[in-house]
Amino acid sequence: MDITRLIIVAVGGQGNLLSSRVLGEAALLSGVPVRMSEIHGMAQRGGVVESAIVFGDAESTIISDGEADLLVGFEPSETLRALNKCNSKTVVITNLSPLPPFTVAIGKGKYPDLNKVQELIRAKTSKLIAFDAVALAKEAGNVLGVNMVLLGALAQTGILPLAVDNIKETISTRTKKAFAEVNLKAFDLGFAAAGIA
Amino acid sequence: MHKLLTDDPGQKMLLLGNEAIARGAIEAGVAFATTYPGTPSSEISLNLFEISQESDLYFEYSTNEKVALEVAAAAANSGLRTFCMMKHVGVNVAADPLMTLAYVGVKGGLVILTADDPFMFSSQNEQDNRYYAKLSGLPMIEPSSVDEAKELIPYAFDLSEKLQEPVLFRTTTRVNHSTGVVTLGKMRPRVTKGGFGKDPFNYVTVPAISRKLHVKLLKNIEKAEELSEKSEYNFTKGDGKWGIICNGVSYNYAADAVTELNLSEKVKILRIGFSHPMPKQKITNFLKGCEKALVIEEGEPYMEEAVRAFAQEAGLTLPIKGKDKELFSQLYEFDPAMVRGKIAKYFGLPYTPPAVVNLSDVPEIPQRPPNLCAGCSHRATFYEIRRAAKELGMPTIHPTDIGCYTLGFMPPLSMGDFLICMGSSVSTSCGFSKATDKKVISFIGDSTFFHSGITGLVNAIYNNHNFTLVILENGITAMTGHQPHPGVDMANFSLSGYGRISIEELVKGLGVKHITLIKPYRVEKSVEAIKEALNYKGVSVIISQEMCTLYAKSLKKLKARPFYVSDKCKNHRDCINEIGCPAFFIEGEKVRIDPVSCVGCMLCAQICPEKAILPVKSEK
Repeated sequence: MDITRLIIVAVGGQGNLLSSRVLGEAALLSGVPVRMSEIHGMAQRGGVVESAIVFGDAESTIISDGEADLLVGFEPSETLRALNKCNSKTVVITNLSPLPPFTVAIGKGKYPDLNKVQELIRAKTSKLIAFDAVALAKEAGNVLGVNMVLLGALAQTGILPLAVDNIKETISTRTKKAFAEVNLKAFDLGFAAAGIA
Repeated sequence: MHKLLTDDPGQKMLLLGNEAIARGAIEAGVAFATTYPGTPSSEISLNLFEISQESDLYFEYSTNEKVALEVAAAAANSGLRTFCMMKHVGVNVAADPLMTLAYVGVKGGLVILTADDPFMFSSQNEQDNRYYAKLSGLPMIEPSSVDEAKELIPYAFDLSEKLQEPVLFRTTTRVNHSTGVVTLGKMRPRVTKGGFGKDPFNYVTVPAISRKLHVKLLKNIEKAEELSEKSEYNFTKGDGKWGIICNGVSYNYAADAVTELNLSEKVKILRIGFSHPMPKQKITNFLKGCEKALVIEEGEPYMEEAVRAFAQEAGLTLPIKGKDKELFSQLYEFDPAMVRGKIAKYFGLPYTPPAVVNLSDVPEIPQRPPNLCAGCSHRATFYEIRRAAKELGMPTIHPTDIGCYTLGFMPPLSMGDFLICMGSSVSTSCGFSKATDKKVISFIGDSTFFHSGITGLVNAIYNNHNFTLVILENGITAMTGHQPHPGVDMANFSLSGYGRISIEELVKGLGVKHITLIKPYRVEKSVEAIKEALNYKGVSVIISQEMCTLYAKSLKKLKARPFYVSDKCKNHRDCINEIGCPAFFIEGEKVRIDPVSCVGCMLCAQICPEKAILPVKSEK
């Protein structure tokens, strides 16, 4: 089957690994071949966490520069930093709520202007879906549900070879029971937001 | 029940490479497992540690890799299936037992896993441990994918028992930390009690016996070569006049490239999964059917050297390339597009590289380097050492070591001047203090101290060196994901039946005459005590005791009591400029503290010249 390549970037602690896990399990449930890779260890201490997920008939577990079909960024400056993974046909989804890196606080660098970030991404890729995922996560009942909000937005694009119901079923069976309902609500809010963003 | 103990052959499960390897060990009937944790291998042992708590699998976190391999060597020579895992540089530590264990061999299967780290995602070098197979004469197995990693572990154990030799199992980060769908197999029952048959004339490696054992090893290498020739894991795919020889994850990139470039009728691939000894006949026959050949391997030209030698011996003159300025580098990891591009280039095919978006007008994005956690006690210790040395007017050199605290070398703490390997902080302090006139203050974590710092400290006492060693005792092996070590209270893991070593008593026993204990969150008291230790002529040791913040959080022993910056703040910014805790951020030119990140360590509150940083609750 055709190959779909997805990159997810986030800051350590934002729950990126759980969202890739959900997509992997949903692929297994859907009978879609899936391979993923991620980087652990030193990079996780407040650094950037990048996951690559390859759906379809490929052997590789990583994605080269310019070859992502989809890019999901949990943090706007990290979305911009990962633009090297994109080409003119890439669809990009980003949270707009910034987590400025510590280097900004100590005066080593300036956080990019959010309008400029969106303008740049929009000009270089086929589509940008951008909204405040933190606000929606809060609305769903858990500020840590940003990952589920963005999964909802991702599902809305219809680009993944996964049925929306399979992703939702995976969320209810594979995330902590106490949070399952809130997670599904976050997913639905993200799905709806992507439809109008 | 642990998910990796699921007894349902045929079930498909989504597993991390390291989980798949642990499952492979369970399916192989591994009864005995030893390790020292190290990324990218750590989750293998973490899973086996968990499994050992609900089964009769014996598992231990050994003090270091040399110890782990020696413990494993005895278990395997008592007939047990034994698994010993480590990161690539750990094999350097274990190299001494490894080389002679190859002479002695094993009775029960022994698989030694080396997790190599091309690109050095979390390592100090990217050495290619395939050369350890060549150096020791031991067979080497290399999987390309997550599911194959699981499948190859039982294969490696069978191989080990067939040859009565340890087998080296080499992974790279992109196998360990990839995730894929794995089909569960049957679990072979564990045999957990063995017997040691005394046979000193084959086990005690004095020269006369080793001379005989080396002959045996060479015969075993010949047998291994026959098995490598026949191995289904050295397989050919596709057909054509162009040949690609590859291994590990390079196979994935080559196979995808052949599909994407529509080369399946022009290119054949020889995938090497049993890479020592290299299958000479299989490779020679492969080359005979090729007009030209390309060797694709990350790291060193290990296969390329062998392939060229085989071609020369068979009188074959076809072009063979691999490592080359125009083709593949020894540096870093490969990626699919790069491999696709090089294949196209070498075989003269038209190729358009992926159209990466134009990034020229993207403004510079502030870096987000890894940092010590908010409230990390290492930050407090580093700040206090720096201040004490400054107040004493001492120019300093700071050898550091391997762990989270290595990150202390970054500004604004800047505590770290030299690092080569585990334990090197202590021994290099000996050298720096003799060779220079500067005050040497070195840093080592508790786990690293047990791993390989003790011998350096013995040396320092014996040779009467002059420096201050700071042992950062945070009660856990933090960097690799909170594994225990010999100084840890195992009650934290709800486990009993372990010993516990006090670093203070150990250091005292080694003959250190000046020992200082500090609680790093008490700034003024610590600085005064540190000054005294720094003034001591000879070896002084400072033990800085405070539990890893993340670990304390996970044990629910930490009640975060966040602080905030009150109106008394006059924007001196000592907090940001001196300690650089990631809980700080700037809002409208004012320093603010993120109440979610702040754990209330009070370091900043103690150094603020206006005493403007206060606990959140006093705001009310």
